[in-house]
Amino acid sequence: MKGKAGGGPVKNAKPNADIWELRLYVAGQTPKSLAAFANLKKICEEHLKGKYHIEVVDLLKNPQLASGDQILAIPTLVRKLPPPLKKIIGDLSNTVRVLVGLDLRPKM
Amino acid sequence: MAKEKTKLLRGNLQKVPTGIVGLDEITNGGLPKGRPTLVCGGAGSGKTLLGIEFLVRGATQFNEPGVFMSFEESAEELTKNVASLGFDLNRLTASKRLLVDYVHIERSEIEETGEYDLEGLFIRLGNAIDSIGAKRVVLDTIESLFAGLPNPSILRAELRRLFRWLKKKGMTAVITGERGDNALTRHGLEEYVSDCVILLDHRVLNQISTRRLRIVKYRGSTHGTNEFPFLIDERGLAVMPITSLGLKHTVTNQRISTGIPRLDSMLGGKGYFRGSSILVSGTAGTGKTSVAAHFVDAACRRGERSVFFAFEESPSQIIRNMRSIGIDLQQWVEKGLLRFCADRPTVYGLEAHLASMHKYIDMFKPRVVIVDPVTNLSAVASEADVKAMLIRLLDQMKFNQITALFTTLTAATGSLELTEVGISSLADAWLLLRDIEIGGERNRGLYILKSRGMAHSNQIREFLLTNKGVDLIDVYVGPSGVLTGSARISQETQERDVESIREREIERKRLNVETKRKALEAQIASLRAQFQAEEQELKKLTEQEKMRQNGVSKLREKMASMRKEDTNSERRKR
Repeated sequence: MKGKAGGGPVKNAKPNADIWELRLYVAGQTPKSLAAFANLKKICEEHLKGKYHIEVVDLLKNPQLASGDQILAIPTLVRKLPPPLKKIIGDLSNTVRVLVGLDLRPKM
Repeated sequence: MAKEKTKLLRGNLQKVPTGIVGLDEITNGGLPKGRPTLVCGGAGSGKTLLGIEFLVRGATQFNEPGVFMSFEESAEELTKNVASLGFDLNRLTASKRLLVDYVHIERSEIEETGEYDLEGLFIRLGNAIDSIGAKRVVLDTIESLFAGLPNPSILRAELRRLFRWLKKKGMTAVITGERGDNALTRHGLEEYVSDCVILLDHRVLNQISTRRLRIVKYRGSTHGTNEFPFLIDERGLAVMPITSLGLKHTVTNQRISTGIPRLDSMLGGKGYFRGSSILVSGTAGTGKTSVAAHFVDAACRRGERSVFFAFEESPSQIIRNMRSIGIDLQQWVEKGLLRFCADRPTVYGLEAHLASMHKYIDMFKPRVVIVDPVTNLSAVASEADVKAMLIRLLDQMKFNQITALFTTLTAATGSLELTEVGISSLADAWLLLRDIEIGGERNRGLYILKSRGMAHSNQIREFLLTNKGVDLIDVYVGPSGVLTGSARISQETQERDVESIREREIERKRLNVETKRKALEAQIASLRAQFQAEEQELKKLTEQEKMRQNGVSKLREKMASMRKEDTNSERRKR
């Protein structure tokens, strides 16, 4: 975990194409947060390879950012792009549900 | 009062005054300091408002900034909604005494994918608290989380943690909760917030709504346990802790005029006791309002403030009508001594009426209060409820030594006394106005049914409404019964006729005697004259006799001298 700056791997196959903007809200390096990040990365690598961007927001460092995306639960994954906005809470351990939440299921 | 109590309880449990009218009295000082309080109630029962007022009063009166975390309304909506109650949230927000945070969760946007916690909420709340140095927190309504987030078991654990966390931070918190079917709240929040639970209720009975508040529990403190009516109006929330007064009021011996001189004299010559309650009952059109107006007029003349609660007529109508009997109430209104408060009873529920009256009295601080007529209130509640309300109102007024005059309308049928047993026992003085129907006309009669603690007349008086006000006159009580109105007048005329005939008879007799006396006197005079004449005669005769005898003796002397009887004459001379 590298906080806000520590984004996930960005691998642009086609620049300006449908890049997935994902933001993961965490509060410190708790086991849940670490698990969520690891799970997210795994899923992205599998399903969105090369067209995703992950931003991790640590609310302990930037508490004022919590209200922007109406964050209550930690960890929360927000799909900023493509629209519509989606929120997925929990440690992302249930891969099937994460895929449903991200609307990735049909593409499989 | 609230402050004293807070001090008393310092060793025990510290309290934070809410600043909400009446609530601090029934909680003996406010909400438990540094602990969460659960406020539950149905939709529209005033939970949010109680929370907002708790924060606004805290920020403005007690210098305690507060955070309002709203789960239902946005900050803009909230600001707009409470602006009508006189709370300017924007100003408080700008001066950093209040922070409104709108937490919005859309269930459809959220997918749960494993273990989570509510650390985000904690961070948000903690950040808000720290940014303005808040001492008070309101969570309205945190139960929305159950609708927005899956996995209630996690939520429950997190809420428990949240309340503990709030306690640890020393926040005096108000948590609102929607009333559940069989429990206080839909999701059993009362299990977590166990220090103080306040239940708000909004009941509709006979199409009239009434708000009530009850302290369900308050750990470590005494509190009023009754249901207290409360009111939401342009000044916020007001709870009526009226039943807590009890019968502890002190009384005075001071007497105040009724405004009707003859009525004063019927009441032992001085009028009502100050601080007593007077009931004026009567059938329609017997002059109850006029009696009340006289009393108000007299009070204003003494420079005392009065409030006239009118449930039947508008203020201008009362003023106009009273002017026709020579009472000018307008002048007192203009001088600020008299306030009218006119509402149709059906405008709101009984408790709300009570609350508004209570508040009005608190605000205006009158010495005299008129309620005209109380019976109209029974349009919105049962008789027992009206009685209960009156007890509370009277308690409050007696406590403040306010003289209260209630008028009640009695049905024309049935016994006047019986129908009002409920209310009459509350009254210290009871004037009964009634129609007396004789000889095809109705007249008004007044008598005093009771007047506690003073000698009073037991006589019925005829009650006249003249253009100079109310006049009480003696009725005719004679062999043919009680007579009033024209019957009384004709009876009196008849009596006067009889009287004048008798008087004339006596006069005639007197003249007769006089004549007789004169005749007698004349007779006496003539007799005396006769007698005098006879006396005169007698005197004359006596003198003549004397002269004659004188003449004889002189003759003898002459003859003796002639006969030289000198010795004899010498002897006789000695």
